[in-house]
Amino acid sequence: MSPVTAGDYIRILPELVLTAFGCAVMILDPLLPAGKSRRSLGILSLIGTLAAIAAAFYQLNYYGLAWFDMVQVDSFSIFFHVLIPAISAICILASLEYLDRQKINSGEYYGLILFGTVGMVLMSSAIELVLIFIALEISSISTYVLAGYRRRTAISTESSIKYFLLGSFATAFFLYGVALMYGATQSTSIPKIAAALGNTEFSTLVFTATALMLIGLGFKIAAAPFHVWTPDVYEGAPAPIVAFMSTGPKAAAFAVLLRVLFGANVTGWFWLIWVSAVLSMTIGNLGALVQNNVKRMLAYSSIAHAGYVLVAFAAGKEIGLTAAIFYTAAYAAMNVGAFAVVSHFASTGEKYVSIDDYAGLGRRSPLLAFTLTIFLLSLIGIPLTGGFFAKYYVFSAALQENLIWLTIIGVVNSAIAAYYYLRLIVVMYMREPATDIAPEPVSPAMSTALVLAAIATLFLGIIPSSVLNYATKGAREVSNMSSQKAIATAATQNK
Amino acid sequence: MNAWILTLVTFIPTAGAILLMLLPRNDKNIRWTALIISVLAFAFSLYLPFAYSSESTSFHFEVNVPWIGQAIHYHMGADGVSMWLVLLTTFLVPLGVLVSWKSIHDRVKEFFVLFLLLETAMIGVFLALDMFLFYVFWEATLIPMALLIGMYGHERRIYAAVKFFLYTMVASVFMLAAILWLYTHTQPHTFDYVEVRKWLAAGQASAGAIKWLFLGFFIAFAVKVPLFPLHTWLPDAHVEAPTAGSLLLASVLLKMGTYGLLRFNVGMFPAEAQRQAPWINVLAIIGIIYGALVALVQPNLKKLIAYSSVSHLGFVVLGIFTFTQVGTDGAVYQMLNHGISTGALFMLAGMLYERKHTYELSAYGGLATPMPIYATFFLIVVLSSVGLPLLNGFVGEFLILNGAFQDKIIYGALAASGVIWSACYLLWMYQRVFYGPIVHEENKSLPDINGREQISLWPLAIMALVMGVASPMFMKSIDFSVGKITTAQKIISPTDNKAGALNSGNPVTAENKE
Repeated sequence: MSPVTAGDYIRILPELVLTAFGCAVMILDPLLPAGKSRRSLGILSLIGTLAAIAAAFYQLNYYGLAWFDMVQVDSFSIFFHVLIPAISAICILASLEYLDRQKINSGEYYGLILFGTVGMVLMSSAIELVLIFIALEISSISTYVLAGYRRRTAISTESSIKYFLLGSFATAFFLYGVALMYGATQSTSIPKIAAALGNTEFSTLVFTATALMLIGLGFKIAAAPFHVWTPDVYEGAPAPIVAFMSTGPKAAAFAVLLRVLFGANVTGWFWLIWVSAVLSMTIGNLGALVQNNVKRMLAYSSIAHAGYVLVAFAAGKEIGLTAAIFYTAAYAAMNVGAFAVVSHFASTGEKYVSIDDYAGLGRRSPLLAFTLTIFLLSLIGIPLTGGFFAKYYVFSAALQENLIWLTIIGVVNSAIAAYYYLRLIVVMYMREPATDIAPEPVSPAMSTALVLAAIATLFLGIIPSSVLNYATKGAREVSNMSSQKAIATAATQNK
Repeated sequence: MNAWILTLVTFIPTAGAILLMLLPRNDKNIRWTALIISVLAFAFSLYLPFAYSSESTSFHFEVNVPWIGQAIHYHMGADGVSMWLVLLTTFLVPLGVLVSWKSIHDRVKEFFVLFLLLETAMIGVFLALDMFLFYVFWEATLIPMALLIGMYGHERRIYAAVKFFLYTMVASVFMLAAILWLYTHTQPHTFDYVEVRKWLAAGQASAGAIKWLFLGFFIAFAVKVPLFPLHTWLPDAHVEAPTAGSLLLASVLLKMGTYGLLRFNVGMFPAEAQRQAPWINVLAIIGIIYGALVALVQPNLKKLIAYSSVSHLGFVVLGIFTFTQVGTDGAVYQMLNHGISTGALFMLAGMLYERKHTYELSAYGGLATPMPIYATFFLIVVLSSVGLPLLNGFVGEFLILNGAFQDKIIYGALAASGVIWSACYLLWMYQRVFYGPIVHEENKSLPDINGREQISLWPLAIMALVMGVASPMFMKSIDFSVGKITTAQKIISPTDNKAGALNSGNPVTAENKE
């Protein structure tokens, strides 16, 4: 076993930075006077996430394996190491005034976001199933707590408990899968599993292990039929946290899913993914059609979007993987933005979350309405937004692999989806306000968050080339993981 | 200049929209800025016909640079068909700004921002030669138009906006599927219109695939045209839209549908288009007659004009699918004519609405006495729409009917009845509004149109006359490009007897005989 070098530390630098800032927030919290705003800690955490992004860019020169081949830094991992802290940063920006308004004065909130982020980014760089499991737990436990942060409302506590019970059940499935995989291949390292499976025949044990891991991860990405918790949890949890947990853990779980399905050389899962994709899209979109609560509507929409990503999984190959990676980024930008608007508009005690409350928003708060329109158009998949390009890429990948039926179902679904997103736009611009809801003025922090998310959404739609190239690189690395040559080169880079 | 002109024309309105967003909310300044921007775009677009020369390649002023990855290009170019449609667009937008001068008084900034963004998208549709780019512009017209209807329309505006959006959106998904299919099957993968057309002409796609592809494009365009029985969104959208919205909807957005039919359905799948032509022509003729009959019984002025659009666009579709050079030339010319005359009708209807806040015909009568100037303009426009010789409508209808008779006598005979019907409903409408006694006392004191309104109508009246007498000026480039678009069918079916008809009718000489 090689000794630990400085390179090992650099290859987990973003995780270290986030942990350090998280601990600092926890230590400073009791030193601040009780009952006062914790805005300063929020800003500290914001700096932490930005530092983590910088650290991820620093890693560009340190590709390779670390920590006894448990962590692998490559374009794929760096992609998620930039994406996930960026999500956290926007959520923190959106939380600053939210917490003040809801009178939640606790620093742990920000600490938990940072710790959750640590878990999520580690999931994308870990190539050892046990480490992945630990990272998954770190991220999950933080989000379980965060979901229940509106302690005074029963619905938030309900949300937290539901999420916790079902979530721990799901991770148990994942762990069971890991154990069976170990039984089948005598290893928990993804490259070694890939090598062990090599060109062996289909084995029921490996298939069972894969299926169990799929259940665990399917829960995290809210793919049908493991989606039932989503609407309730999203409805109860604080809105900025919904922005966080509907994008961050999903991106991380997709990263793991990509590594497991395409890196580990396992086979036989095609129809599982196919069925799950169809169910997710259909249930998500049909469910969203009948919602009157904006949070619930977006919850169902996030189920549907998980379905679109799974279409890319079913397509496989380099183009499918690229599409899946790109989709997570586009989805993160638009969904974080949409929930940020919802969290601002909801006001004290999250009073205003029904679609009718949004009537006339275009007149009363042009910025909120305009940015929300961009996010919704992107969720529909209108050209020039990230959502359109991502969807286009997914469906062209599926067509290229001749998944005609999956494409048709997907396209029909996105046509249905247009209706419920459009309804919100219609209400905002074309109805006169029925009640006298005056949205509170948008603070600079919130407007920064919204504008950043809107710019990211448009950027991914108008000039996606750079991100796309990077996603392609990541896709190539993941699909090469199973070949021996890649491991060898990675190992030499290590020295 | 040649490489930049199309980009310039397309994106001047976008630049203007961004400028407007940054301006403070001073309604007067915003109106003037929007007017100046749109006139500027028109001025630049005037360069196109002067620099255009028919005797060379298919597309002029081409730009082709990679946009996303290797496959998706920013490929723009104009031929004789798209050039005039772009000019129609840039010509009408300033007039649209003028008619909205007073009628839009709430959320003025948003209105003109949307209006200018819509202009960019419409111009882009006509100029895009990369199918991905085309789809992007195509969908981009949807949002501003739906918002214009939904935010500034009349009572049932939300219903109309949502219906418009869903109809078009769902239909264009089929087109997207067809474009994606073409992309994944061409080798190397490409979205380029010219390349894909070559690939198809080489007979690379199976007959079954071509049938589905044809239908995919056809549905998207047929909804936009709108072809009977997919027209039901149109009356709702028109009646509820603000005047400037109706103007662009009728004059330009519907042309996107017929343009698409010509450029893609006929241009890319000529043999299949010819195979499907019979039932398409039947639908077009049903549209002509049905639209006219429904227009005849409308008590509502705007609805009447909307159904007259269904009827007139039926002519255009018929012209395209006669597969004769004359017929197709006439169809393109009729697209421009309809843009001018129906656009003018909607503007005139809007002016009446501003005065009395109703479109009901029964609320008017005898207006020729209090509003003589208005009545004169209205008469010119009605006559141009009816197809009076020396005015523009006649040229297009004549050529289309010429083509229809060459194709099948029965098509020509039935379509010609549409000309009579249009005279009935338009002249009867004119009579009910302007002649007879003044039944409503308050109509006696209706103010005639003012200077601003006259300025917005003069260009249209002049163009109606110019296009009526000087059609060869426009027809030369149209004829050449229509030939280029439809030539592929010669390659595919040299023995087909229809191909003989291609050279039989020379529209320029046909015109000179008049």
